[in-house]
Amino acid sequence: MDVIINLLVNGLATGMLIFLLAAGLTLIFGLMSVLNFAHGGLFAWGAFGGVWIFGLTGSFLLSMAGAIVIGMLIGLILERFLIRPVYGDHIQQLLVTLGGMLVLSELLKVFWSPNPIPAAVPSYLQGSFDFGGIILIKYRLFVILVGVLIYIALHLLLTKTRLGLIVRAGVIDKEMVQALGINIKQVFTFVFLLGAGMAALGGSLLAPYSGVIFAEMGMQYAILAFIVVIIGGMGSVPGSAVAALLVGVLGSFMAYFVPELSLAVNMLLMLFVLLVKPSGLFGAKG
Amino acid sequence: MLLQLDQVETYLDQFHILQGVSMEVKKGSITVLFGRNGAGKTTTLRSIMGLSPIRHGNIRYQGEEIGQLPTYMVARKGIGYVPENQGIFTDFTVEETLRLAMQKGSDEEKEKMAWMLDLFPDLKLYWKKQSGHLSGGQKQMLAIARAYVNSNGLLLIDEPSKGLAPIMVEKVMMHIEQMKQKTTVLLVEQNFFMASRIGEHFYIMDEGKIVHSGQMHELTDDEEAKQKYLGIA
Ligand SMILES: Nc1ncnc2c1ncn2[C@@H]1O[C@H](COP(=O)(O)OP(=O)(O)OP(=O)(O)O)[C@@H](O)[C@H]1O
Ligand SMILES: [Mg+2]
Repeated sequence: MDVIINLLVNGLATGMLIFLLAAGLTLIFGLMSVLNFAHGGLFAWGAFGGVWIFGLTGSFLLSMAGAIVIGMLIGLILERFLIRPVYGDHIQQLLVTLGGMLVLSELLKVFWSPNPIPAAVPSYLQGSFDFGGIILIKYRLFVILVGVLIYIALHLLLTKTRLGLIVRAGVIDKEMVQALGINIKQVFTFVFLLGAGMAALGGSLLAPYSGVIFAEMGMQYAILAFIVVIIGGMGSVPGSAVAALLVGVLGSFMAYFVPELSLAVNMLLMLFVLLVKPSGLFGAKG
Repeated sequence: MLLQLDQVETYLDQFHILQGVSMEVKKGSITVLFGRNGAGKTTTLRSIMGLSPIRHGNIRYQGEEIGQLPTYMVARKGIGYVPENQGIFTDFTVEETLRLAMQKGSDEEKEKMAWMLDLFPDLKLYWKKQSGHLSGGQKQMLAIARAYVNSNGLLLIDEPSKGLAPIMVEKVMMHIEQMKQKTTVLLVEQNFFMASRIGEHFYIMDEGKIVHSGQMHELTDDEEAKQKYLGIA
């Protein structure tokens, strides 16, 4: 029983980290049809930035906030100089953002180290809770908590604010949104920064979770996030959340029970969903 | 003149679609743009909105050149758009759709909204319903209401009768006629019978050019022109 619960908690925590990446990706794709392969780079920068700031200040809260700021700053540069010039051209987006991803991870090696760097869990989040014999690692619960809070904040933003209405309408029909007098490019910049901030936060949360960070760490999570975006339905934040938790939990159980299959299972899940419902679980677009 | 198009030329990809379109819309009127399938009616409305950028010519709204403005600026000048496919935000409720359309939330907008809801009581009835689940006619009215609440001078409405049952077409047309009390309409239609009852001026377009125009009653009486341009016996 406690094995099952622990696997579940692990899976949910991993799922939350994937969600932080996927939420930005799905909005960016849904709103502007931009494929951003540099998103994983933001995740890695968030991890390095977070570890660096934690080392300097000793404050984990500051390190998370700092990671978000770093992610948004890099996002600003990416959006202005890489993405904007290639709106509407998927091939160029692919090349330019993949290039951006490589540059981002090489720069990490230059600024910090080409070798993995250890990342510590803050003292108050070390250890575990004992729930009547079931031992749960504190930090993983913390990751889940942060994920839930971010999801709620994002949900409120998208459903309760005018900006959120604009973003959701833009995912459905961009032209119509502009025909209502709304400058969608501005909105897109905002969404890109939001996505960048969430990705970097995800990275900073992963660092203590995995214990070491390295420049290419964004890649594996970025691939999972892309799978999640497709499963959840391009442009759907709730879809991404459900799919991310599904992929996280499934991955955790598979790694324990059938480790040989743990990578293939996500691909299979994606194929299955695409066959049954090509627009994804919560697909807004047909 | 509220709106003037002067020798407007628009390309879609490399295709020369609008080949010098000139037309005028008078304030407080309903002007109807007729034409066969593929004549360029939708492209004309999209060109006015800046959704299909014009390559040559001028578009003036209230005397001001708007031909090169981005779509959102055209809309902010006061032009509302009801696209051919209605452009419904499917997972929005009626309330959310109209809330999005209110640019400022000013008293003027609230007054327009109240007037609009009196005109289209169905929208009030389905206030919290997902707009994707409305009937075709209700969607059309929502699209018109959205454009009206959002704009303040001119509505461009593209084939509102498309895909609707005859009785619904009649209702929608009646509502468009009522909108004339408050705004100006440039209406694209293929349903001559319906549109001729509410329009005062007409233009007929073919292969990207205006081929005929005038007062609606002239066209109603002109069997030869109707036969020639609209294929009505
Ligand atoms: N993206 C495009 N690229 C090239 N040509 C196009 C494109 N879209 C439309 N066309 C062509 O432009 C012409 C005008 O199209 P438009 O949609 O303006 O006609 P319409 O008068 O609105 O027709 P309908 O009554 O069928 O709606 C048509 O011949 C059409 O085939
Ligand atoms: Mg058309």
